[in-house]
Amino acid sequence: MTTATNRVLPFKDMGGCSISGIMDQSGRPFSGDVVIRSIANMHERSNGLGGGFAAYGIFPDRADQYCMQLMFDTPQAQVETEALLEQRCIVHHAEPIPTRPHPNISGEPILHRYFVNIEPDANRPYMDEDDLVVELHMQINIEVMDAFVFSAGKDMGCFKGVGYPEDIGEYFRLDQYEGYTWIAHGRFPTNTTGWWGGAHPFSVLDWAIVHNGEISSYGINKRYLRDFGYECTLQTDTEVIAYMFDVLMRKHALPLELACRAMAPPFWDEIERMPEEEQVQAKAVRAVYGGALLNGPFAVVVGSTGRMIGFSDRTKLRPQVCALGGERLYISSEEAAIRTVCPDPDVVWHPDGGEPVVGQLHAGVPH
Amino acid sequence: MKRIMIHEQYCVGCGLCEVHCLVQHSRSKKIIKAYREQRDEIVPAVQVERLGYESFALQCRHCDDALCIEACMTGALYRDPETGAVLCDTDRCVGCWMCIMVCDAGAIRPGPDGKIASKCDLCSGEEVPVCVENCPNEALVLEDEE
Amino acid sequence: MLNTDNIRSRQERSALPKWLVQSDFVVDRDESRCIQCEVCARQCANEVHELDADIMEMFSESELCVGCHRCVSLCPTNAVSVREVELDFRPNSNWTAPMIRNVYKQAEHGGVLLTGMGNPEELPVYWDRMLLNASQVTNPSIDPLREPMELLTHLGEKPQALEFDENGALKTQIAPQLELHVPVMFSAMSYGSISYHASIALAQAAHEVGTYANTGEGGLHEDIAEYADNMIVQVASGRFGVDADYLNAAAAVEIKIGQGAKPGIGGHLPGEKVDAEISATRMIPQGTDALSPAPHHDIYSIEDLRQLIFAIKEATRYRKPVGVKIAAVHHVAAIASGAVRAGADFVAIDGYRGGTGAAPTMIRDNVGIPIEFATAAVDARLREEGIRHEASLIVAGSFRCAADVVKAIALGADACYIGTAALVAMGCHLCQKCYTGKCNWGIATQDPALTRRLNPNIATRRLVNVLESWSHEIQEIMGGMGINAIESLRGNRDHIRGVNMSDRELAILGISAAGE
Repeated sequence: MTTATNRVLPFKDMGGCSISGIMDQSGRPFSGDVVIRSIANMHERSNGLGGGFAAYGIFPDRADQYCMQLMFDTPQAQVETEALLEQRCIVHHAEPIPTRPHPNISGEPILHRYFVNIEPDANRPYMDEDDLVVELHMQINIEVMDAFVFSAGKDMGCFKGVGYPEDIGEYFRLDQYEGYTWIAHGRFPTNTTGWWGGAHPFSVLDWAIVHNGEISSYGINKRYLRDFGYECTLQTDTEVIAYMFDVLMRKHALPLELACRAMAPPFWDEIERMPEEEQVQAKAVRAVYGGALLNGPFAVVVGSTGRMIGFSDRTKLRPQVCALGGERLYISSEEAAIRTVCPDPDVVWHPDGGEPVVGQLHAGVPH
Repeated sequence: MKRIMIHEQYCVGCGLCEVHCLVQHSRSKKIIKAYREQRDEIVPAVQVERLGYESFALQCRHCDDALCIEACMTGALYRDPETGAVLCDTDRCVGCWMCIMVCDAGAIRPGPDGKIASKCDLCSGEEVPVCVENCPNEALVLEDEE
Repeated sequence: MLNTDNIRSRQERSALPKWLVQSDFVVDRDESRCIQCEVCARQCANEVHELDADIMEMFSESELCVGCHRCVSLCPTNAVSVREVELDFRPNSNWTAPMIRNVYKQAEHGGVLLTGMGNPEELPVYWDRMLLNASQVTNPSIDPLREPMELLTHLGEKPQALEFDENGALKTQIAPQLELHVPVMFSAMSYGSISYHASIALAQAAHEVGTYANTGEGGLHEDIAEYADNMIVQVASGRFGVDADYLNAAAAVEIKIGQGAKPGIGGHLPGEKVDAEISATRMIPQGTDALSPAPHHDIYSIEDLRQLIFAIKEATRYRKPVGVKIAAVHHVAAIASGAVRAGADFVAIDGYRGGTGAAPTMIRDNVGIPIEFATAAVDARLREEGIRHEASLIVAGSFRCAADVVKAIALGADACYIGTAALVAMGCHLCQKCYTGKCNWGIATQDPALTRRLNPNIATRRLVNVLESWSHEIQEIMGGMGINAIESLRGNRDHIRGVNMSDRELAILGISAAGE
């Protein structure tokens, strides 16, 4: 069978990168231009083989619909995908993703988005709409050759491709969108051929991840996720982080702090020094969620509806700096990238390894 | 003082302690040469006692109340003031064997030259006596006296 | 297992001359070095060496030599060496010397060929065809001497997910777990098959390192009860030494269905080995043969196994993990899955190279499958069925070094059992004569003349040293991979590449070929 996994792909994406995330916790939307300027400041941290963005709150008129943003390498793939969508979903609206020709961008795939909902499956009442969307997302990636889902979440979207991030941002006309959270990524892969789907962010439902690092535990993380129906088709370690958030927080309903603790747990000797009750909890999390532990150097920014989370591996082998300026939370690889767009932040700090930094809408998180 | 303690339950009866004792008290201190030249001259100061499968290696206990010193008419047997070991001045030994008579442990044996020969000197000069060092099963160990 | 009486009587009846059976080894003595100290003669339980006092010369009867190297190791002048008899038959790739010799032996005694330890045949060792990964540039390797490197492992059933109440307090009750500071445990070796000193050394070493030793079917000697928190007690087909106190004394209970050296075969401790101590420990009359039937006669099917598992869980008030040990046979994945569904909290799989005190040679060398494939197949199967978290996977069957352990864990095991390696640490020279009861190293014997040769304090230190050195090596390898917790190595097959393997073999192991 020919599937999307037959693409010439790196075995595992690795390399250095730049990441930047900006969230307005009051929920006031702002233009993508801000995050483009921030990520452009770290031009040297990427090498033109990938750039991408995720934005939240950009489709307020269709906030109850899943926005599936897709890329197709061939018109045939689009035809097949649309047939599948017709069969599985209610497609409320479809349109090409707006772009503008850019001198530094070439080899663009067909880019299209669909606003959909999925009716409950009478034969499988235990699957809610989110489950069905994840299933469809996996199905397209695995079964439809040359089709690939960038994102499939509500009131959010991922925009990515081969190029420097600032060029990709201009290509996707992100200055014309307004969202309350923007996360961005510039890639410096060491082991890849450029492929639009391989750029960050990686996304499932409304989770979107930008990642600097390499997950040494990828081999077991992907097998762990397979137990819960997630197929890692992209052969990139970043993908597992997105799925891991989804499985831990949505399926297992772990609170955010514990989900982060499962992925970047305290060391055993730290656990031994904890008060009794916390120790029992921390031991249980490590013993039960060993397959979810993300090992190796990483710093990530995770977007989701109403929330932005930054965290790094438990020994903090990749840089991450945070700042607050007014209502805005900034998380970035470099302080300079924050000061470019917020010259005088109220506070700047370097979180400890494994310690999550969470931005939340004052109005609350809808989940 | 440090004493050689015997853990007889671990003695395998191999006799390596005797071999190395002989070598240590030979002129050359080279094993093959010592056996070729002095096998009949030297009686090892440690001797493995055997009965059936049980065995233990016995050497002078260096008793606190050493009867042998009291019994020695020439004053050949004396206690080393530094180490506490019971030693024999062979120049003064006349081979009366009173020490052998009084030794509770039977740890002193007559030598081929008519004088007492087999008298453990705790391998003077060595940090660990060779019988202890070469015991393959730690049946002989050097322990601080409690 | 074997009716040795029958063989003996036939031997006596036939009383054939033994001239066709030749010695396996030649004892060489360098006369220029021999000092006739008789250490060799005193140490050989097979009575190979003897001093002729008239001419002061040592002589050696090579045909009695089993190649255990006790004399070689203890000779103070290195005058003795032992070598294999060179091929003395016309070269033949089919009728090899061992094949011919075996027929000669059987033509004489008319019985089953007996042997000890694990399969020595020249079959592929797949560990040696797997190579490990290390970080370069994109991912910093970690120096375990300066940074945390965690090996702590928990064995036992785990929930798939944890539940917390609205205040964030843990609601899920975690099943009892074994906590290992090194992912290596001592495999089941009964008091009886090995000496009291060897048994107590294993228990002491497990206690000191923070891992577990396994009683085998030998019962729990009262002196070892002190280390019971680091013991796994076994319930095997003979049920020797099993009562409620025994089950409740230890950290976990293991139901032994089979072992890698002799799948489908029971055990037989001859009556002459059943002295007062063993009799008390095994709860059988002194001097009687301890016969373990081939199957458990109350387990003829998987539902019977479930009954026994839950009978033991009831008896231990659900406070101990209860596991099942099986030999790696053809359908090992399905059997392991059945054991997990029957309620096992851990499954121990013993590969075809696993050791034993006594087994028929034909069984040892020809039955079972390599532990490498069994590990990969069982881990994959349990994951496919979504029940991997319900039981831990312990693998056994010849782990020779730290790299073997790392590879097994990367294939998907939670921990390894070592038996032979532990015996070797104590001095075993793999002469494969355990079944004779004449172990010159004092390990696999109950002869009081020989058991005193193993000083348990020395044996304990040597075992601890081996576990500590392996654990350092495991940490070094993990550090090189950029992994600082063993759970990120477990089942992480991306860190293994295969060489010299077919596509089919690679696929079963779930690994890529080198260069991919």
